[in-house]
Amino acid sequence: MADTRPIRVLVAKPGLDGHDRGAKIIARALRDAGMEVIYTGIRQTPEMIVETAIQEDVDAILMSILSGAHMAIFPKVMDLLKQNHVDDVLVAAGGILPDEDIPAIKVMGIKGCFGPGAPLEEIIKFVRDNVQADRLTVGV
Amino acid sequence: MQDIVERLLNGDRRALARMVTLIESEAAPSRRYLAELHQHAGHAHIVGVTGSPGAGKSTLVTRLVREYRKRDVRVGVVAVDPTSPFSGGAILGDRIRMMELAGDPNVFIRSMASRGNLGGLSSSTRDVVRAMDAAGYDPIIIETVGTGQAEVEVMRTAQTLLVVVAPGMGDDIQAIKAGILEIADIFVVSKADKAGADQTVAELAMLLSLDSNRRKAAWRIPIIKTSSYKEQGIEQLAESIRQHQQYLHESGMLANRAQRQIRSELEALIMHAVANALKAEMSEEEWDTMIADVTGRERDPYTVAGEIQARIGLK
Repeated sequence: MADTRPIRVLVAKPGLDGHDRGAKIIARALRDAGMEVIYTGIRQTPEMIVETAIQEDVDAILMSILSGAHMAIFPKVMDLLKQNHVDDVLVAAGGILPDEDIPAIKVMGIKGCFGPGAPLEEIIKFVRDNVQADRLTVGV
Repeated sequence: MQDIVERLLNGDRRALARMVTLIESEAAPSRRYLAELHQHAGHAHIVGVTGSPGAGKSTLVTRLVREYRKRDVRVGVVAVDPTSPFSGGAILGDRIRMMELAGDPNVFIRSMASRGNLGGLSSSTRDVVRAMDAAGYDPIIIETVGTGQAEVEVMRTAQTLLVVVAPGMGDDIQAIKAGILEIADIFVVSKADKAGADQTVAELAMLLSLDSNRRKAAWRIPIIKTSSYKEQGIEQLAESIRQHQQYLHESGMLANRAQRQIRSELEALIMHAVANALKAEMSEEEWDTMIADVTGRERDPYTVAGEIQARIGLK
């Protein structure tokens, strides 16, 4: 029996922009790093993201957004997670996130922010290091 | 914290989701939980959906779930995608097609990676279905990985099996007729808005007419054309599934299938225990020594296997 199970990650694209090349590259990189990646396609509402995260029991949610709506959408996602008592899931964000918004994003409880050019290895390492270890070993 | 089993039985989606994780990772307590859940399961009608990659399975499942939701039932979906044999990772993308179902708390969708299992499912799919069944989801739809000829494992879990065939595969139907075509309860010709759908229906009908066992059977396998794009044929498909369920009940075939499925489940559990016992007994170094002995023709594989079997208590 394995010591741990594969990390499960939800790669989500909230908002109205339809450009998901970045999200797909991240999904592929995480798969190649041995993770199980649930990719849901573009134009997800916060409700869809949170319900999917609950049902799939993911260890991490990575949201990619390019449209500039992050300061409207991220708080909704974080609120819905709280309302549903989801408090052990790592949340990170990527896409076009202006530097001046990043402190506010981190205050929301979003632990990592990855803009254009962030090395894939860095993102993989971030997920591995920050997913709650006890989630992966509970009862295993 | 309340017992996870109790929470699951009370309809707590997070408890079900966590239970599935425990089952998938073969966590120590999952067997005990499943043993408890077993007595609460057995109510759901389990529908399998299989077919080649790109045949339209995920889209069909989405439409079918939407049809069921008109009747206000709670629907479970297990969607299996392949695990990469190289990295052990997987991209589970069935939800892309199921987007319109996301956010409906009465539809519980779980994406599963096949984790090395070759039969079109994951080795824990059956147990995951059991947990959903106990949680009150009915029907439960299992979508297999895109299959070819031999991935017939879903028949050991599903009660009604849909085989989805897209038009334009032409002679490919001939190639797959010995595999998944033989296990269908209902054929679905998807993408019926495309050219060639009628020809595919005709080819399937001809294949069925050639099968003498099927000709004698009481259940006449329907061939249903669906178009998810034009939203056609879905109601008819749901009705056909209902008729098959009724047939299974009335003919006694339901009990018959259940017996066969339990038999195969028990066998699988025992095989699994044997595999684990073998893993626990043998170190890699021992394997290396024995392999070297056999490849060097100093010993033969039958004697070596016999010795190992004796060590794990097999005669």
